Amino acid sequence: MTTISHHLSDDLMISYLAGTLPGPLALVVAAHLSMCDECRASFAAHEAAAGVFLEDVEQVALRAGMKSQLLAQLDAPVEPERRITAQGIYPAPLAEVLGPKGPKWRPLGFGSRQQILSEQNGASVRLLYIPAGSPVPDHGHGGLELTLVLQGAFYDETGRYGVGDLEIADDTLEHQPIAEDGVDCICVAATESALKFRDFIPRLIQPLLRI
Amino acid sequence: MFLRKSDPTLSGRRNFGMLLKRTFDANPNGRPDLYNRGVTVLDKAGKDAQKDVADRDVTKTKPAAGATLSQETLWMLAVRDHRDKQAFAHLFDHFAPRLKGLFIRNGMSAAQAEDILQDTMLSVWRKAAQFDPARAQVSGWIYQVARNRQIDIIRKEKRPIPEALKMDDTTEPDASDAVALEQETRKLRDALNSLPKDQRVVLEKAYLGELTHKDIQTETGLPLGTIKSRIRLGLERLRHEFSKTEGGA
Repeated sequence: MTTISHHLSDDLMISYLAGTLPGPLALVVAAHLSMCDECRASFAAHEAAAGVFLEDVEQVALRAGMKSQLLAQLDAPVEPERRITAQGIYPAPLAEVLGPKGPKWRPLGFGSRQQILSEQNGASVRLLYIPAGSPVPDHGHGGLELTLVLQGAFYDETGRYGVGDLEIADDTLEHQPIAEDGVDCICVAATESALKFRDFIPRLIQPLLRI
Repeated sequence: MFLRKSDPTLSGRRNFGMLLKRTFDANPNGRPDLYNRGVTVLDKAGKDAQKDVADRDVTKTKPAAGATLSQETLWMLAVRDHRDKQAFAHLFDHFAPRLKGLFIRNGMSAAQAEDILQDTMLSVWRKAAQFDPARAQVSGWIYQVARNRQIDIIRKEKRPIPEALKMDDTTEPDASDAVALEQETRKLRDALNSLPKDQRVVLEKAYLGELTHKDIQTETGLPLGTIKSRIRLGLERLRHEFSKTEGGA
């Protein structure tokens, strides 16, 4: 059993809970919650707090007839639900986005690969495949970056990240993540805005890679 | 307007995406029945129970442990286990005006707020089988359903949600877990209500979706740790619950 030692922060949990976190970042949060019992329990506490505030919200009267209109819909036939579960290393929220065929990798140079999962108002989320022992291109951030390890491990200036660990980085961190020797590293990474590469060449090809 | 709420066909199609995500067996009688635990007057087979649900008074059918379960929880369990429309109507009366208030606070028009709340309450009815009182409070659970529906409909994207935990079919659910969670939540409410007003206002904004993660992060002195510690016992128990049901994921 792996031990997760890098967790979600309260501000991320609450903004995910309240629906204010951009979709690409929310995907990584949901994926981590699926893998981490400790964060799931914390999230349940935050959810209880949200419920308390909902109870106290100022009530607004409804349009007449709404309730009967809704009650009349209760017996309408509904499509049966399909159960989405984790597929291999991919927790359910990712398995759902990837579909039954799994990832469609595109080369990123030096053996690394990626698949962009979604982009939205500058925010994006992608799967990254980094060969064991290889560095991820050196970059700073234009905002928040969340990286969740699904297979293998990487380390950088801030520590070691194994399966289930979540790295939370922001503008202030210029880091050099390197995949650990042994197993190739697969992560899902979301950024609030486009990455800023420090090296000249990656900066030139950045538009091509859409990273 | 996003919804044509009078058309059940459309409504069903609209919900299909969300339905794909969910994981529980919809059979309301497919697992041990907390609501009826210790109550012998009700038919657990469910068939007869289905028939008389409409005029049953839920307040008279509390389980032994139900003395401290809230009215909302009992309604929700009646909806879950017996598809009790009267209990659902009570839930609607309680939560719909609050949801409308929430959505209007978040900047929606009255018409839009009503569309989303109607969709939310319909989801509450349809997804009731996923409600587990040992893991969630009704108000918090409905809050999540509301956010899911809001994001799916307004942003026209599917909200990523964590993998649902399996309901434990094999063991009897422990009513005391649900009661304990309610007690913890009451303590949490008291704690929130005794905070200095300015702190409570900021927290309220954060939990009701009026602050970004950055806003929350830079807001110093928020008692977020306190919130978690007030419900510490609940957390420990929930953590136990989670690891107990964790499968191959």
